[in-house]
Amino acid sequence: MRQDVRRYPGLGLLVLLFFGWLYLPIAVVIGFSFNENRLVSVWTGFSLKWYGAALSNSALVDAVRTSLTVALIATALATLTALMAALVLVRGRDVRARRLSEVVVNLPLLLPEIVVAVAVLILFSQIGLTNGLLKLILAHTAFCIPFAFLPIRARLQGMTPDFEEAAQDLYASPWVVFRRVTLPLILPGVFAGAMLAFVMSMDDFITSNMLASGGNTTLPVYIFGLIKQGTTPELNAISTLIIAASLLLATIALSLTFRGRGKS
Amino acid sequence: MTPRGKAIEVKEVSKDFGTFRALESVSFEIFDNEFFTLLGPSGCGKTTLLRMLAGFDTPTTGSIHLHGRPILDLPPHKRRVNTVFQSYALFPHLSVEQNIAFGLENLGWAKDRRLARTAAMLDMVHMTQFARRRPDQLSGGQRQRIALARALAPEPEVLLLDEPLSALDLKLRQAMRDELRQLQRRTGITFVFVTHDQEEALDMSDRICVLGQGRIQHLGTPNEIYEDPENRFVADFIGETNFLAVEVLEVTGDRARVRTPMGLEVTTFQKGAIAGQKAMLSLRPEKIGMEDQATGEVMRGRITNRNYMGGYTHYTVDVAGTEFRVSKRNAVTHGQSFEPGREVTLGFRQDSARVLGR
Repeated sequence: MRQDVRRYPGLGLLVLLFFGWLYLPIAVVIGFSFNENRLVSVWTGFSLKWYGAALSNSALVDAVRTSLTVALIATALATLTALMAALVLVRGRDVRARRLSEVVVNLPLLLPEIVVAVAVLILFSQIGLTNGLLKLILAHTAFCIPFAFLPIRARLQGMTPDFEEAAQDLYASPWVVFRRVTLPLILPGVFAGAMLAFVMSMDDFITSNMLASGGNTTLPVYIFGLIKQGTTPELNAISTLIIAASLLLATIALSLTFRGRGKS
Repeated sequence: MTPRGKAIEVKEVSKDFGTFRALESVSFEIFDNEFFTLLGPSGCGKTTLLRMLAGFDTPTTGSIHLHGRPILDLPPHKRRVNTVFQSYALFPHLSVEQNIAFGLENLGWAKDRRLARTAAMLDMVHMTQFARRRPDQLSGGQRQRIALARALAPEPEVLLLDEPLSALDLKLRQAMRDELRQLQRRTGITFVFVTHDQEEALDMSDRICVLGQGRIQHLGTPNEIYEDPENRFVADFIGETNFLAVEVLEVTGDRARVRTPMGLEVTTFQKGAIAGQKAMLSLRPEKIGMEDQATGEVMRGRITNRNYMGGYTHYTVDVAGTEFRVSKRNAVTHGQSFEPGREVTLGFRQDSARVLGR
């Protein structure tokens, strides 16, 4: 028999502690982003001036642009690669070394990122790759692939092959089967995979820091640089803006996923 | 009857899955405008055979022809056959209308022709008012009808049906049997129907191919298969029967004289019996008369069990240590019922029994 969770003694307090532990730091950051004072921890009055400062900081805007460019291109490449891998590994007939191939695709999840980052750095310098943006895109694509792969594979595995067989049976060529049946039905998985890849790329610090060069600093690397010079309320404003953007994206993703689920 | 064209020829088809032989040199022909049923227990190879016709599986050896042309080298989308899937497999992201038009679009039909055909199909299965619904807004029976309409729309040379009634409840299944049969007569399209339900097969088919252990056990009309089964497997799988281990005394043409364990000598039709060897005497429960209906060979026994089935009552009767299942139709007027423990007289006509050597 299931117990009514609400009857446990001290539950309210526990819940309060839990959410406080999780969200208090974030709440402090958001609160102090509106602080008028130059010192981060002394409240003197409400002001939006740090938002103004952040948005007119050209180095910051450049970092955001670099991060978005890298994340968008890496997400597209990683999702496409992951989609093809998932189709072969889940739907392919007589695929040799299926298990091994899956492990290889997912390997970046298991290896410590610092190891991969160093390896990538050495490889790029050995082959003489100098374009900073290209280096970031290639490296990000590589570690984003498993994040895009897992939701797509899960969706494909959860879908009976009957639909695809029915389409073939109704005279659809392999490409038409993919375009009109497979892709529409696994779209929520593809979308979830792309979102994950995008977030992982935006959030990445270790690899990006390793590959950072003059004109190509990503947002996390830039923020890290700011902190080294001492924290300012501008940092709080930047953080608050990132949180707002993340919430917006997560909301869109969730609502799309639920709509997709409602259909099938 | 005028000679009919061959819709499908299956020649010496075998299929191995690893070391397991799913089909063993199976050969048969299906004629145009025929309702042909592949019947057998699960794992007998009937679904594998159907998937080979559709193109989702390939035989290890053997050949399959569709109207005289070999089709084994054609992928599924180039074969003029359509399938009604057990799960229906209606595309969940498309409307009923779009589902039915799917095959027509791929065949390159012009839009007005496509619309007309889709409308005609919806009308045929009485689903016109549901054209814009999505599959998840339909009941099981309605989905079944749409799956049929979708598969029939492109005018296939042969329609394949993979246990299409198994997901429906009993009442609906009975109604859909009649509807399917009528649809087949009306469209004149050859139906290949796969089922494990012998009642369904007897009710709907022109001919039945009974499969067991990867081989054809019997191919014939429903009546032939029930009344004159080829072997014990068929007699046992189709309907119910009593088996008596007998000794074959003499074989003359299609008849044999045998001796039962009770010492009774019976002369009747045989298949595969060899004089001097053991065989089985198959006696259907409804061929045995009880008390006032007991004619022919008469035996005395005691009722040990009774199952009241509404229209029928099944009795188990012990005759000198051998159990007989006897089926008695409950009469027009409120029929008399016999209590377990009662002594009764049983009787059967010799020629209603069958001697089966294999």
